[in-house]
Amino acid sequence: MKLTNEDVQEILQLLDATPYDEMHLETKRFKLTLRRNRDSGQWTQESQVLSAPNIIRASPVQTAAPAADAATATAAARPADSQKTGWIEVRAHLPGTFYRAPKPGAPPFVEIGSHVEEDTVVCIIETMKLMNAVHAQTRGEVVELCLENAQLVEKGAVLMRIQPGAP
Amino acid sequence: MILRRILIANRGEIAVRVIRTCQRLGIETVLAASEADLDSVAARLADSTVCIGPANSSASYLNVKAVIAAAVSGNADAIHPGYGFLSENQKLAEACIRAGVCFIGPTVEQLDAVGDKLKARANAASAGLAGVPGGEIRSLNEAQRIAEELGWPILIKAVGGGGGRGMKLVQEPGKLAGAMELATAEAQASFGDPRLYLERFLSHGRHIEVQILGDGEDVIHLGTRDCSIQRRYQKLVEEAPAPNISEALREEMQRAALAFARYLKYRGLGTAEFLVDCDRDTFYFLEMNARIQVEHPVTECICGVDLVEEQIAVAESRKLRWKQDEIRFTGHAIECRINAEDCAHHFRPSPGTVTRAVFPAGLGIRFDTHIQAGAMVPPQYDSLLGKLIIHGKDRAEALQLMRCALANVEIAGVATNLPLHDELMRDDEFARGGVSTAFLQQFLQTRNMEAA
Repeated sequence: MKLTNEDVQEILQLLDATPYDEMHLETKRFKLTLRRNRDSGQWTQESQVLSAPNIIRASPVQTAAPAADAATATAAARPADSQKTGWIEVRAHLPGTFYRAPKPGAPPFVEIGSHVEEDTVVCIIETMKLMNAVHAQTRGEVVELCLENAQLVEKGAVLMRIQPGAP
Repeated sequence: MILRRILIANRGEIAVRVIRTCQRLGIETVLAASEADLDSVAARLADSTVCIGPANSSASYLNVKAVIAAAVSGNADAIHPGYGFLSENQKLAEACIRAGVCFIGPTVEQLDAVGDKLKARANAASAGLAGVPGGEIRSLNEAQRIAEELGWPILIKAVGGGGGRGMKLVQEPGKLAGAMELATAEAQASFGDPRLYLERFLSHGRHIEVQILGDGEDVIHLGTRDCSIQRRYQKLVEEAPAPNISEALREEMQRAALAFARYLKYRGLGTAEFLVDCDRDTFYFLEMNARIQVEHPVTECICGVDLVEEQIAVAESRKLRWKQDEIRFTGHAIECRINAEDCAHHFRPSPGTVTRAVFPAGLGIRFDTHIQAGAMVPPQYDSLLGKLIIHGKDRAEALQLMRCALANVEIAGVATNLPLHDELMRDDEFARGGVSTAFLQQFLQTRNMEAA
């Protein structure tokens, strides 16, 4: 049996006429809790599908993954491993995929030695389909690039380091 | 032709939504899922699940070969593409024909006629619909030239698809190059097509769309939806019917949508999107979406039709079940999209693991979702967690019910935009109905929820 929204509506109509404020229903396949708020009289539901996915094997597909998908390693948020005095880290403000260039084949936003202003875009992080520009936030020179293009990054991961100062 | 087993080439709430209708109709379901979604609610609900590749959607949900291979190995006789991903992709529709699998959607020719937004504009013009002034931009120079002709500000859009991906508002010439770069990247990532076009920007338009359904000969409309509440061109709240427009304008828009669909001999479910210039009581054609849309439930509420069921019916080559005058509209419906976005931090995406998920229940309340306690919200996909849909006897009742229902939503483990919906549903201007697409930006700025 699969529980539908209509089923829940019907159960609620039955429950409405009873003095009960809570109902738990659990089978191998799903778990449902209906709860009535004593003050408002409104119901809430909490449900979980418990049945395990039935995964079948697909015939293998010969597709060359685009180069940009080669990201395998995840760059963990790690403490600064560089003691080079005065270098400022540019960190990921959200998790996602790190891209050095605005599109495949385009020149990277910055290279080692590039001069950046506070508002210079140094890379983008794609999270939930949105391209988020990362700004240098420091005026200076890019001295270290910490990641490969298209690598997955966690929030807080160090993306690159900047030596502050005028060109 | 009767469809017995359908492959769902999508994820998230729409995969769950399609599975529900298939179950009701006694159709078996095979889910095509990426490695990140093998343990999802959709995978638990489907009769079987086939892994189509890694989490990165360009290697899985956007991979035509992998989707077709999944349909073949899963013995599916049809593919439902949902929305986004490959839903309007001609290559998938063509590959379906070669593989002998039914594509639940319009014909390859119709996808070509509307999927490419530039062709859609040209075809709409041939059908007698006026579009927003603009054109394709193949280079920065060309973009500058067209923008100067149209006047600033302008809107950059992706030729390959909608949903706000690749869309950028540009206020001044100096920002054009940067906006084009980001838009190209988003368009490429979302649609596999980096092409862009440009439109004049109407600052106080309303976004109103007409749902249509065709069987290849006859076409009917299922009324209007207002989708003017948008943040960065992402719809957040939708309602049906569109409030506070004259019946004459509503009928004219519905007629225009039907004219376009008839011109295409449209088969399937589609949406004609219009930008309504309220000051002049006129409208422009924006685009046609040749798929089911995120906001389809508000239409289902007011006309009592299961749109997924009708998609399947016309894919089975059945005639439309109803004539236009048999479609009856009842009451008013509102949908709030609940996203994993942190309101307190300018809507920063908030992927993670859901630890608790409690939803309102009762008459007039529907919650379409793929999340439950323990569900993962991966960073590779969009941030939609679920949709709270309310159906009331009129707009005032729907609004009141929505306010109560929102208070009964509890999601823990990821940050959400629920606080925004709470405030929005209490706003006087929104309550009056018929706000423009500029409304939300202003609303957010006055509450410091968005940088000015």
